[in-house]
Amino acid sequence: MIHRHDVIIVGAGLAGSRAAVEIGQVADVAVLSKVYPSRSHSGAAQGGIAASLANISKTDRWEYHMFDTVKGSDYLGDQDAIEMMVREAPETVIEMEHWGCPFSRTAEGKIAQRKFGGHTLEFGKEASLRACYSADYTGHVLLHTLHEQCLKHNVNFYSEFQVLSLIFRDNRAIGVVALDMVHGGLHTFYGRAVMFGMGGYGRAFSITSNAHANTGDGLALVSRVGLPVQDMEFVQFHPTGLWKSGILVTEGARGEGGYLLNNEKRRFMEDYAPTLMELAPRDMVARAMQQEIDEGRGINGEDKIFIDVTHLGEAKLMERLPQITELAMNFAGVDPRKEPIPIQPTAHYSMGGIPANANTRVTFDEKRTETVGFYAAGECSCISVHGANRLGTNSLLEALLFGRRSGKQIVEDLPNLEFPTLPADYEDAAREEVDHFKNVSGKEKVGTIRKELQETMMLDCGVFRSEKQLVSQKAKIQELEDRFKHITVDDKSDQFNTDLLEAIELGHLLEFSGAIVEGALARQESRGGHYRKDFPKRDDEKFLKHTLAWRKGANWELTFDKPVMLQGVTHKGFEPMERKY
Amino acid sequence: MPKRTFKIFRFNPETDSKPSYKTYDVECEGWWTVLDALNEIKWFVDGTVTYRRSCRHGICGSCAMMINGKNDLACELQIKTLKGTITVDPLPGFEIYRDLAVNMDPFYAALKRVKPWLINNDPYPSKERIQSPEEFKLMGDSIACILCAACTSSCPSFWSDEQYLGPAALLKAYRYTFDTRDKGLGDRIDALDNKHGLWRCHKITNCYHACPKHLNPTEQISKLQRRIIEEKM
Repeated sequence: MIHRHDVIIVGAGLAGSRAAVEIGQVADVAVLSKVYPSRSHSGAAQGGIAASLANISKTDRWEYHMFDTVKGSDYLGDQDAIEMMVREAPETVIEMEHWGCPFSRTAEGKIAQRKFGGHTLEFGKEASLRACYSADYTGHVLLHTLHEQCLKHNVNFYSEFQVLSLIFRDNRAIGVVALDMVHGGLHTFYGRAVMFGMGGYGRAFSITSNAHANTGDGLALVSRVGLPVQDMEFVQFHPTGLWKSGILVTEGARGEGGYLLNNEKRRFMEDYAPTLMELAPRDMVARAMQQEIDEGRGINGEDKIFIDVTHLGEAKLMERLPQITELAMNFAGVDPRKEPIPIQPTAHYSMGGIPANANTRVTFDEKRTETVGFYAAGECSCISVHGANRLGTNSLLEALLFGRRSGKQIVEDLPNLEFPTLPADYEDAAREEVDHFKNVSGKEKVGTIRKELQETMMLDCGVFRSEKQLVSQKAKIQELEDRFKHITVDDKSDQFNTDLLEAIELGHLLEFSGAIVEGALARQESRGGHYRKDFPKRDDEKFLKHTLAWRKGANWELTFDKPVMLQGVTHKGFEPMERKY
Repeated sequence: MPKRTFKIFRFNPETDSKPSYKTYDVECEGWWTVLDALNEIKWFVDGTVTYRRSCRHGICGSCAMMINGKNDLACELQIKTLKGTITVDPLPGFEIYRDLAVNMDPFYAALKRVKPWLINNDPYPSKERIQSPEEFKLMGDSIACILCAACTSSCPSFWSDEQYLGPAALLKAYRYTFDTRDKGLGDRIDALDNKHGLWRCHKITNCYHACPKHLNPTEQISKLQRRIIEEKM
């Protein structure tokens, strides 16, 4: 079946839904989502959304937020895009309040704000209360509020549609082909503009805070049509994942005053970041924890650390951190009111993604040349505001704000975008993929290959990396890609075939994991979330550049020729300095 | 690792004339939830077992199902808290698509009938609207609802009247009606004030017992009923 809409959005998280609200008021927009929209993973974000509202830290301003984001990015973030983000953050958050988002409140009735890692006043002088929050389910209330706005504006949703291919010809996005998960069958969607807000790629790792759905589909789809992906080696490991499951314990737990303790019951962060302690940025805290674990100071000598919030008291925990109190009980079997919570670093956020500029137009080379009719925002994109490491609460901001920018840009561009013509072979790639999975009959299992991929990525492409590990992981991925050709999908049905879905998703995971490893191997330096034990220093001379990676046959070709934007739009920019907290 | 037995409801409309149960023995880690066991079955034993899941930590609401006769989230329910054979059924009250996946369209349609968005036509202030912490608390924990449908699916009033809004949609109506920024009760009253709306609730409290987020839709529905009566007086 063929569907024609002015605008095709893939993904109904904060980025896709926010764009849809903007476009839905003036044009015909369709939103495809692999889950029902309110089940998108934006809803799992807990701690807050950054904006220098200065409701509590009265002297806060966007320049401080810009500095923190640039420094947090280890200077790999593009400062023009960062300036736009931090300047527009307050109006973007206030708008959500106007639309009914239930934020927690200060005593005087304003949006409440709390501390978060790496967010400071006066360029690092002291911690700023910048994270706007709603208890510890900020993402949840933002997502639901936005989805409700979409309902109000009669946005067309196609829920439980898994996108299989991007139709892209002569530098123009035309549409997508998707599988109707519920009823089976392929559907083609085409329009004057296509926007991706498809989320991140945390499911490439065994310990992750990400949803099962976060299989980086957008990255695989663009690389399959010859477009590059950017900075894929930068994966954020969040310090506080629940031990074994990787489920997120919000950074807000440290923002509210939680301690990290090793097996000596010592706040070991004093050795690593004496000023900000537990509130140093995530990459540094995750490395500090991993080092404690590697040097035998994990709890009981195991791969875990404690986060202790018992001293905050029951009242504060129940008011500010009710979700993590319950999570700790349900998934770690501990009552955080009475005992510390066992945690370990968990793959959390994908800094890399589809290269796009601050107008969210997708670009495809070192000179940032734009594609036509193709936009990306949120975690699947690399705009790049997070550079080598994202600050907490900047992800909800990025998704919402660039979703908003994307919506406005598309509305502005629509008069100049004609409906494209579907090429004759528009459905071929998707149909071949589904036919292959339904007919292939081999000894391998999707579950086994995925488990091996995730466990080896965690081990050899995780918090600490080295050439030896990465060479081994590159070979492992090639082996798994070969074995993947010989799987059997048990389920041959058309309707609600989630067995087929998982095979499709594994194909995506295998596809882009190669780009993560190749990027990590080629980037012989340590910067932000990417740490090479054999190259522990940042190397601005060689690597103050974005990585672009193109899939060529079975291999990836990389360049380090795309310069970082070191100036803001109006701000002169922050010169790279050593990153200390 | 202890071995546990899972009795799972199976129905594939393409191949089965009627539903049946299939039994699987699974070696379970001590910290596993029911979803971990379902995944173990699907990934390594029988790929045809069908269910929804995503976030796997109780916030997306995808994996609500009936476990040992009670609606719950599979991802949150620890296996060690359950005794004997663990029976897993789809949410009752909805058409079954396949195995544990049901047709949620009527649930979402009911939600939309209560106009679940802030209604207030006043011009926006330049900054946020002021709402005191006490006013914020009037919404209660209704803002934590994840739309998993465990409540509506457990409600006998919903089983007997498919036009009934159900506890989740009514909780959403409560959330906006008791939001001091909202002025939309007049727009919602037609959907609420009829026999398929608020007055279908007979305080059976199944919704309260079913809610995996420990919300209390029955109590909020009562408050909403009182508010409607006051409004009409």
